[in-house]
Amino acid sequence: MVEFWVNVFLVALLVVITFYIIRLKTLIAIVALSGAYSLTAAAIFVNLDAVDVAFTEAAVGSGISTILFLAALRYLPLEEAHQTRYPRLSLSLCIIVGLMLIIAAFELPNFGDPNAPAHLHVAPRYIEESYPLFHIPNVVTNVLASYRGFDTLGEVVVVFTAGLGVITLLAGSTLSMRFVKIENDLDKTNKTSKEDA
Amino acid sequence: MMFAAVLLACAVSIVMLVVRAAKGPTAFDRILAVNSIGTVIILGISLHGFALGRPEFVDISILYAVLNFLGTLAILRFYRSSAVDNEDIV
Repeated sequence: MVEFWVNVFLVALLVVITFYIIRLKTLIAIVALSGAYSLTAAAIFVNLDAVDVAFTEAAVGSGISTILFLAALRYLPLEEAHQTRYPRLSLSLCIIVGLMLIIAAFELPNFGDPNAPAHLHVAPRYIEESYPLFHIPNVVTNVLASYRGFDTLGEVVVVFTAGLGVITLLAGSTLSMRFVKIENDLDKTNKTSKEDA
Repeated sequence: MMFAAVLLACAVSIVMLVVRAAKGPTAFDRILAVNSIGTVIILGISLHGFALGRPEFVDISILYAVLNFLGTLAILRFYRSSAVDNEDIV
């Protein structure tokens, strides 16, 4: 019962935060509020017992994307541009797609339904076999690390390569800028020392 | 019962903080309010863990505290580096 009301409250909070994100015009406040949004969404995942999803949401949504948005904000004006025309077409498209998604959601099995198709395929085998085989208490960790080990290795390689590329690009630019600045400073000091002499 | 009461208190304070984050006359009010929302949610997660008899949830709240701190630090660094000469933002 407590869980249900906590969920209701958190989802209502998400709606309120989204409303303010749409209404506000100061970009930095919008970035801060979207950080709060994903922290709240992560709290919902914790409440639904999906702790690993909550970790990802908190790390990516609240941590990394806030910092990325802020890095992008340095190249943007501080206020959102004043909008004079209202895009009716996009609004109606959004409403139609949202309604279709809501209608589709009625077809989903209930939360925690043991007869849902996702729970009948390989899940019982994982739950029964995984602990005696590998002795890892968390089933999700067990599936990711043991049953799908190669898949996870591939994912880690992809993420590592992407991170390496981003670091090379960003660090390369700042390093060269720093060298240019050092050279300029050296030129200046040389000139002043010559003038002094 | 006691846990439910404290969760309710957390909910009330989150509502007040969201109002402050939305209305906040200066951007610093908003940043502080968003940081406090994170803190109250961390409190709520640990309380929720203890209420349901799963105190392992404290680990999650520790991670959230680190992320919340990092996010606030990033926003404040952005302020120091880019918006000091721009007075009309605050």
